[in-house]
Amino acid sequence: MSNDNGPLFSAKNMKLITAPLGAQNPITVQVLGICSALAVTAKLEPAIVMSISVIFVLLFSNLIISLLRNTIPSRIRIIVQLVIVAALVILVDQILKAFAYDVSRQLSVFVGLIITNCIIMGRLEAFALGNRPWPSVLDGIGNGAGYGVILIIVAFFRELLGSGTLTFPGIGTVQIIPDIFYQWGYVNNGFMILPPMALIVVGIIIWVQRSRNKALVESN
Amino acid sequence: MDKQGNTYTFMYAAVLVIVVATLLAMVSQLLKERQARNELVAKKTDILQSVSIESNARNAEDKFKNAIKASYVVNFKGEKVDGVEALSVDMAKEVRKSVEERHYPVYEASLENGEKKYIIQLRGTGLWGPIWGYVSINDDGNTIYGATFGHKAETPGLGAEIDKPVFQDQFKGKQIFDASGNLVSVMVNKGKAPQGALHEVDAISGGTITSKGLEAMLKSFFQGYENFLKNLNSESHE
Repeated sequence: MSNDNGPLFSAKNMKLITAPLGAQNPITVQVLGICSALAVTAKLEPAIVMSISVIFVLLFSNLIISLLRNTIPSRIRIIVQLVIVAALVILVDQILKAFAYDVSRQLSVFVGLIITNCIIMGRLEAFALGNRPWPSVLDGIGNGAGYGVILIIVAFFRELLGSGTLTFPGIGTVQIIPDIFYQWGYVNNGFMILPPMALIVVGIIIWVQRSRNKALVESN
Repeated sequence: MDKQGNTYTFMYAAVLVIVVATLLAMVSQLLKERQARNELVAKKTDILQSVSIESNARNAEDKFKNAIKASYVVNFKGEKVDGVEALSVDMAKEVRKSVEERHYPVYEASLENGEKKYIIQLRGTGLWGPIWGYVSINDDGNTIYGATFGHKAETPGLGAEIDKPVFQDQFKGKQIFDASGNLVSVMVNKGKAPQGALHEVDAISGGTITSKGLEAMLKSFFQGYENFLKNLNSESHE
């Protein structure tokens, strides 16, 4: 792929974006980045902001590593990757503190933990070190989006069923379950707010995905 | 040049680190002012919340101006300290001093129904980092009107629950002193606090160290504010 000089959005390049959304999804298929998927999905807003932050970090770290790939001494390549990822994460953290203070308070430690998100180091090692910048950027967007989609789906169900609301960035909390339901005796499922339910929701998504795409099912 | 050689590797690492450090330092300087402003607004939101006034980043400044009629700093003896502004007191520094030497910020809030509340500021240590809070007290200098707590990095779902209304609302109506005026503070009780207890709230399950840290913080700062609060009490009896 490193000699690919075709059009910017050739079928081959587009596949870099679409594959991680489905059959190559980092969370449900590669089972990477599970930790933060559990932690920031109790509400929709932090999940959306976290997704955007990861896409940003993944895009730029892939791009930078790909640009530098022929200069990086292989003995310190992991350290170089870490320095670049850490710098980008600090950048995200600083920007959130300046422009989205409430969200940065909610995400607190998890922004810093993007550094340890397995997806990022995984993509740098597996893709950016051996490919040209443009495919690397697409790969970064694709995998970040694949991560984000799952995060947002999980957060959607957890917040809807757990709190009866949905929280959007810039809009705030919107009550979805009407009051009349509560008067009829509907009760929010408090269990949805707790971390174990994130795991179960991710499990259900994996189940649905595999029952629709048999190619993902391992043979015994 | 040999890209796998030691010289190249060292040079590469050095240049990389210098470039990254310069970049981050520049960004930090650039955004500092904005971040400081956000922190001040968040502080005002917290203070307002301790007297149950909801506010957000957009209206916190105005509501603060309306509700907080006076703010000043007192010392351990309960006397006002001149020349120090309450909002600018750095609690992280104060908490390292002994109880007798600290500066204690006080914010006077007047509510819409005409009642006057005194908001005191606290800071302590949780499990992973600092915790802090604001407690509003009735003009009898004893009964807690409301409380709000914050934390830097407590475990989400466990210790971090101290910043949730479920935990904070328990403090409403609790008392700091017993009937004969001795300081008892508010204990964080593992298990269930008895109904109607004046000095106990329920701890957070799984957040024992944070709960204990919070209890220690309350005790230490109620001690610090003790003379100030007792003066309030005697004033309200006159």
